[in-house]
Amino acid sequence: MSKFRKKEKRGVGGLNTASLPDIVFMLLFFFMVSTSMRDVELKVRVRNPEASEVTKLEKKSLVTYIYIGVPQHSFQSKFGTEPRLQLNDQFASVDDIQSYIVQERESMSENDRPLMTVSIKADYDCPMGIITDVKQALRKAQALKISYSARKGDYIANN
Amino acid sequence: MAKGKRRVSEINAASMADIAFLLLCFFMMVTTMNTDTGLGRMLPPPVPEKIDDDTPPIKERNVFEILINSQNQILVERAPMQLKDLKDAAKNFILNPMNEAHLPEKEAKELPGLGVVVVTPRATISLQNDRGTQYQTYLAVQNELQKAYNELRNEFAKAYFGAPYDDLTSEEQDIIRKEVYPQRISEAEPRNVKGGK
Repeated sequence: MSKFRKKEKRGVGGLNTASLPDIVFMLLFFFMVSTSMRDVELKVRVRNPEASEVTKLEKKSLVTYIYIGVPQHSFQSKFGTEPRLQLNDQFASVDDIQSYIVQERESMSENDRPLMTVSIKADYDCPMGIITDVKQALRKAQALKISYSARKGDYIANN
Repeated sequence: MAKGKRRVSEINAASMADIAFLLLCFFMMVTTMNTDTGLGRMLPPPVPEKIDDDTPPIKERNVFEILINSQNQILVERAPMQLKDLKDAAKNFILNPMNEAHLPEKEAKELPGLGVVVVTPRATISLQNDRGTQYQTYLAVQNELQKAYNELRNEFAKAYFGAPYDDLTSEEQDIIRKEVYPQRISEAEPRNVKGGK
């Protein structure tokens, strides 16, 4: 009888939490590895257009981004309300693209250079004029592999 | 002696979990898991200044002309068209199922392992937009063309390889992508009809 009582008491009291830190650390390492901290601050307003046939951009290290859109509110007094380009962290003009592409290409390893992809992240309401200029500049810079950034959705069904 | 031993061995690890949780929460908050998606395209290489005009002109029947104006209206082969009809029109053009005279020329092609396949290798889609065209409309048109090609490739894959296009090996995909339905979309320089930048 006394044996039973003793056992019961121990069973309730001893929930072993020694492995909890291990589990948490495992999760922690997973998130630390998968995090990409290098995200540029957007100075232009980019609302992704929709498309249904999108594919994933596989390797982030191969992708160079060009942002196109109307400057955010806080920059509008200085840069106006016409659509502008953003390369890295600053506003740029179409003429800067060539040197930007060259510079990005230099920073890649030799094997990766032919696989370089330029992702055009443009606001859906942008006029095509500036995007065409960007495309022509990219052709001149020999960056021919491009991707029009879009989120998955059905534009026709939604309109 | 026993007392000293106890002091060394007892490091309280109860707060370790708290610290780890704190870090975990931080990284979970700053993580952006969304991978970028987009519509892949290849731009044509830059044209040299001096163009030697030896290339034969493309026949009218081989060209599928799409124009988008600054009001985002679409003109296909000189007739206005709704966006939702574009995919089927493009598919009909590339496939030319009835062998019509105004649709692209057909050609029998010997493919390794598949025998003779009738294809339209010269079918070209010409896309021209205005400088004032909305980006979303342009992308939607590109998307419809991509969808047309994807569906055709998928149908071909199912008919000849018995599996959807995505499940094929990369060699088989290459045959379809390069030999059967090569994607030929040519983009003319945009016009500047009205305003624009």
